[in-house]
Amino acid sequence: MNLRGVQSIYLFEMARMWRTLGQSIASPVIATSLYFIVFGSAIGSRMKEVDGVEYGTFIVPGLIMLSVLTQSISNAAFGIYFPKFTGTIFEILSAPLSYVEIIMGYVGAAASKAIILGVLIFITAHFFVDVYVEHPFWMVFFLVLTSITFSLFGFLIGIWANNFEQLQIVPLLVITPLTFLGGSFYSISMLPPFWQKVSMLNPVVYLISGFRWSFYGKSDVSLEVSLLIIGCILLTSILAIRWVFKSGYKLKN
Amino acid sequence: MNAMITISNIDKVYTGGFQALYNINFDIQKGEIFALLGPNGAGKTTLIKTICGLTTPSSGHITVNGFDIIKDYRATRSLIGLVPQELTTDAFETVWKTVSFSRGLFGKSPDPNYIEKILKQLSLWDKKDNKLMTLSGGMKRRVMIAKALSHEPRVLFLDEPTAGVDVELRKGMWQQVRELKETGVTIILTTHYIEEAEEMADRVGVISSGKIILIEEKNKLMKKMSNKEIRLSLTPPLSAIPSSLASYNLKIEGNDLIYKYETSESHKIYKLFELLKIENIEISDLQTHESSLEEIFVELVKK
Ligand SMILES: Nc1ncnc2c1ncn2[C@@H]1O[C@H](COP(=O)(O)OP(=O)(O)OP(=O)(O)O)[C@@H](O)[C@H]1O
Ligand SMILES: [Mg+2]
Repeated sequence: MNLRGVQSIYLFEMARMWRTLGQSIASPVIATSLYFIVFGSAIGSRMKEVDGVEYGTFIVPGLIMLSVLTQSISNAAFGIYFPKFTGTIFEILSAPLSYVEIIMGYVGAAASKAIILGVLIFITAHFFVDVYVEHPFWMVFFLVLTSITFSLFGFLIGIWANNFEQLQIVPLLVITPLTFLGGSFYSISMLPPFWQKVSMLNPVVYLISGFRWSFYGKSDVSLEVSLLIIGCILLTSILAIRWVFKSGYKLKN
Repeated sequence: MNAMITISNIDKVYTGGFQALYNINFDIQKGEIFALLGPNGAGKTTLIKTICGLTTPSSGHITVNGFDIIKDYRATRSLIGLVPQELTTDAFETVWKTVSFSRGLFGKSPDPNYIEKILKQLSLWDKKDNKLMTLSGGMKRRVMIAKALSHEPRVLFLDEPTAGVDVELRKGMWQQVRELKETGVTIILTTHYIEEAEEMADRVGVISSGKIILIEEKNKLMKKMSNKEIRLSLTPPLSAIPSSLASYNLKIEGNDLIYKYETSESHKIYKLFELLKIENIEISDLQTHESSLEEIFVELVKK
């Protein structure tokens, strides 16, 4: 095991985050604060409670997930796309590193950033609303698992993308709509029956539901189903990445 | 001497169907400087990438120091340093950081003294805190070399290392390559500057259209292929070659008489001049010419 190699990639990627502090940390935190102001204050003042939780408080887990999801994906995608784009990836691929180690470095860093961000938003939320966590262990578990899962997914996008446009397109056209429709700002039970059914096709619903349950003990779907869905996404991503490295897809010609 | 790299039956067909290498077979010896020559698109880079694990061979095997490059990739890659043909650098990193990063990537513990040494050797020490985007092309090239050397490789691939490096620094790099060789490092370089191969290499391999067409010790190659030439300017010119000189490979070209011979025949020159004197042929000027590796190379590739 070339742990030093993994560490080198990890630290290199984390250093990139400090260099681009504004982009990677400040902007999501500011955006979330704006959500609190717009959704929490403006809408929350008219809509008192959802599932017995005050509206401003209710949206906190969803908002954290929203940022964690998008940031995991874009961090990991950019992290591997950039060396592929500049050509510096040759060094990574010619180093004595297994593909698992390469992934540990890149995905580990992307997931770490997402987790740090999630914690920052969690802290920020305290300035706006009352937040409490009923199941801290599960809360951390969901946060870490989601970060890793979607960093893996982002890594795949980074390998697949041939240009910056493609790099943005999946997060923008797929992930953002799914997260907004995934119950960040409402409970699925508030929808008409037909749209409730449609929502069940959206994997993000399960993530947010499980995460919100760890905060307030209330969820749209059961914990087991949430875990199962995340597990499936994780497994699919792992298998896809395994295939990418075994076949050399877009990495080795 | 024993082999450091053994290449057996390597074919490479790129996705898309283009075959870049055809049944490549040869060894690179421990501690030698091997120059791989060939025109653009011959397959030099493809071969190097294959050995370094950046492309997968379509068939065949390669071992480095006895280890298979696919099965024992950790062992082989730890031994190899690669300076690729293209300049690819992390624009926002400093020289020091990027070189230290490479060392870590290869699993080696930090060694600031060693990094300092190679940066000094490559005349990069005063640039160590500069971001790579502020360096010139030649400096970036040297940073690439420093990165490749950062993990103390036993085999060094230099894919056109001196492209874009000025003459003085190029000489310095040659010197450094020789010093590396002294420490036992095996060096494989590709170059378009034939004089580089002529100056540096122990052995030369010529590749053309994906096929190795020649592998030879440089000195032997030079000797074997070297046709020497003496060009004599005559006053007045000859209209025909006198019969007494018939045994010599002579040709008349305007005012000049050209004698082509191989190194092994050089003893016949003295006699030729004697005969010319007897024939009363007056020589007003004399030029000699020896074919360089470049000419040999052009001739080989033409075939
Ligand atoms: N990724 C690739 N996909 C398809 N064909 C490729 C690829 N890389 C190289 N080739 C082709 O393989 C052949 C050999 O290329 P290679 O880069 O090995 O040549 P080279 O000898 O290094 O040339 P140069 O002296 O110009 O660097 C060329 O015809 C090139 O077009
Ligand atoms: Mg090349």
